[in-house]
Amino acid sequence: MEVFLVSLLNGLVYGMLLFMLASGLTLILSMMGVLNFAHASAYMLGAYFAYTISQLHRLLAGAGAGAAAVRRDRRRHRDVRACARVHRNGHIAELLFTFGLAFIIEKVVQMTWGLIPVPYRVPAGLDFPLFTIYGTHFPAYRAFMLLISALMFGAIWLRLTRTRIGLVIQAALHHPEMVGALGHNVPRVFTTVFAAGTALAGLAGVIGGNYHVTEPAMAFTMGPIVFVVVVFGGLGSLTGCFIASLLMGLIQTFAVVLDYSVADLLQWFGLTVTSATPFHEVLTVPLPRIGALLPYVLLVLILVFKPRGLMGTRDT
Amino acid sequence: MRILARVAGVVLLACVALAGPAMAQGTIKIAYTDPLSGPFAQVGDANLKQMQYILDYINSKGGALGKKFELVPFDNKSQPSDALIALKSATDQNMPFIMQCSGSNIAAALIEAVDKHNSRNPESRIIYVNCGAVATELTNEKCSFWHFRFDAHVAMKAEVMARALPKEVTKVYLLNQDYLFGQSVQRDVKAYLAKLRPDVQVVGDELIPLGKIKDFAPYITKIKASGAQALITGNWGPDMNLLIKAGIDAGIDLRYYTMYAHLAGGAVAIGPGGDGKVRSVMSFNENIAPEIGNKEAEAWTKAFRDKYPFDFYAAGFRTIFEYLQAATNKAGSVDPVKIALALEGLQLKDFLGYDTTMRKDDHQIIGEYFVGVFKKGVKYDSEKTGLGWGTEVTVLAKDLEQPTTCKMTRPTAN
Repeated sequence: MEVFLVSLLNGLVYGMLLFMLASGLTLILSMMGVLNFAHASAYMLGAYFAYTISQLHRLLAGAGAGAAAVRRDRRRHRDVRACARVHRNGHIAELLFTFGLAFIIEKVVQMTWGLIPVPYRVPAGLDFPLFTIYGTHFPAYRAFMLLISALMFGAIWLRLTRTRIGLVIQAALHHPEMVGALGHNVPRVFTTVFAAGTALAGLAGVIGGNYHVTEPAMAFTMGPIVFVVVVFGGLGSLTGCFIASLLMGLIQTFAVVLDYSVADLLQWFGLTVTSATPFHEVLTVPLPRIGALLPYVLLVLILVFKPRGLMGTRDT
Repeated sequence: MRILARVAGVVLLACVALAGPAMAQGTIKIAYTDPLSGPFAQVGDANLKQMQYILDYINSKGGALGKKFELVPFDNKSQPSDALIALKSATDQNMPFIMQCSGSNIAAALIEAVDKHNSRNPESRIIYVNCGAVATELTNEKCSFWHFRFDAHVAMKAEVMARALPKEVTKVYLLNQDYLFGQSVQRDVKAYLAKLRPDVQVVGDELIPLGKIKDFAPYITKIKASGAQALITGNWGPDMNLLIKAGIDAGIDLRYYTMYAHLAGGAVAIGPGGDGKVRSVMSFNENIAPEIGNKEAEAWTKAFRDKYPFDFYAAGFRTIFEYLQAATNKAGSVDPVKIALALEGLQLKDFLGYDTTMRKDDHQIIGEYFVGVFKKGVKYDSEKTGLGWGTEVTVLAKDLEQPTTCKMTRPTAN
């Protein structure tokens, strides 16, 4: 019970962080059909900018919000211009553009802030255990992360379904020509979504950078799992993305604490695996050792059985 | 006839010009290959900076044979295949040394490749200087004449750790990376606990995929549930930093016994919350010199500290270069065979003043080792955290001499 509850909380926090990252990507992917390889780099930049700003304004305990706002502006200007140009050359060009960008950003970060982690710390105002559950502290900062990501989910959802710009975005998703014919500037809508999506990743970096460690490899380690979440959740579905994020967070958390293997499962059905059984090496690998692989296994499975993803409205 | 003579002259000149770079440029080149990009880049980069600092010092002390040492870095991206490419470039340029620190799997591949290369190409032999790949096998079953290891191997570190474990700790949890080195830690720690501390019970034993885990909180939950009093881990790089950070954040009552918490990035990840909780088995920390009152060593490490934003932890590297310097001078040439023979059984005092030996039987350095604890109130703090490493246990070389099973073939005199 103890392990279950603590793992549930951990899984939720990790899942929500994934969601913050993935929600931006899912918007971009479903809208422009482009896998933005530099998405996790925006996450990293968010963390680094937040660190730098928190250094400049030591008094600002909750530097997060301010940092995100600054970042949003900076990125929007640059991305909008660059992407609008590349977008004309088709999807492959765009994919390669973001792919290269990811490497450049990593190098720039290494050159600017160095290779070792920067001491980006949780603000003092949030650095206390909120409550203790069976002797394990639940840091207030994790609750803050949960809160921010929940607020973000709410805000995006309301924006997309209840506002005029949301309606235009949704329409542009499915029938861009028609929306264009009605007099909306579709490329502009696209670039706005791109900038907003990237800013969301930046925000995830701002609050995730001090939860994990802020270092140049953070984009590299977060990148693949975010793609899994987006594809698994399905294109064009924010809810699907939300469910997929939580699912991946929980799966990875619980895979660690459940010390079972396929052999144990077979045992349940009355089959005993011994060293004579074929593939016994594979069958006796405990779950924690392959936990990090599980999301990718799920990705393959969902692409085989439900290529549109969990709640996707379009083909990948 | 005249034309012929002219052609011969040109050819001769060309030969001299071609032979020139190797002979005349007057540096002894050391290829250094480690991850300089990717998730473990911080480790390679920190190593490189410290090596450069040490080499500048060694060169200012005259280098060897009147030549200076020169470090040539090659990025291996933590991949054995890339390390082998680096080896190829090094032998193509006739470098006498190749150095590699991170990754016992890479080290194993290098030992094999160097062995093959040296037996097939006696004209461009190379010595593999191992500065930190510590799987015990490398100087036992897999030992080679061409491989010299300048760091204590896992079994030695495990012994130091088992000795340092306080009496009241009776339940430990092992968590290691799933590759040659991590498995070596797992096996050797268990063996030495059984031998030295039969009262200690191993309540958990886990292997994690190398460099893949982003969130260690679930592992901490599991460790807590197991009732362990101490966590023993050989993790390094992000696997180490994220693990400790998650543990400190969760505030659980646990002691951490590590092998690499003192490397670059460790102190930041532990933070002030880890005061007195984290211990690391190490060859050096910046507070050892003031603790033993060695002014010269203190001033020398402080000069590094003033120049770079991270701690100097690589005293072992200085020992390496001092050995290479001494051996090259003793050999009287840069012929790798002669240098290798000169290295065998060489004894030097390291810069802290302790005795060290390069053991002839297995080419394993036998030197002193320390257990440091991360705490407040030390003279030199780490990475501007206000806390630093203080020495808790010192194990001298003579107490750390473990037997070896190595049976190496030495090159026959030719």
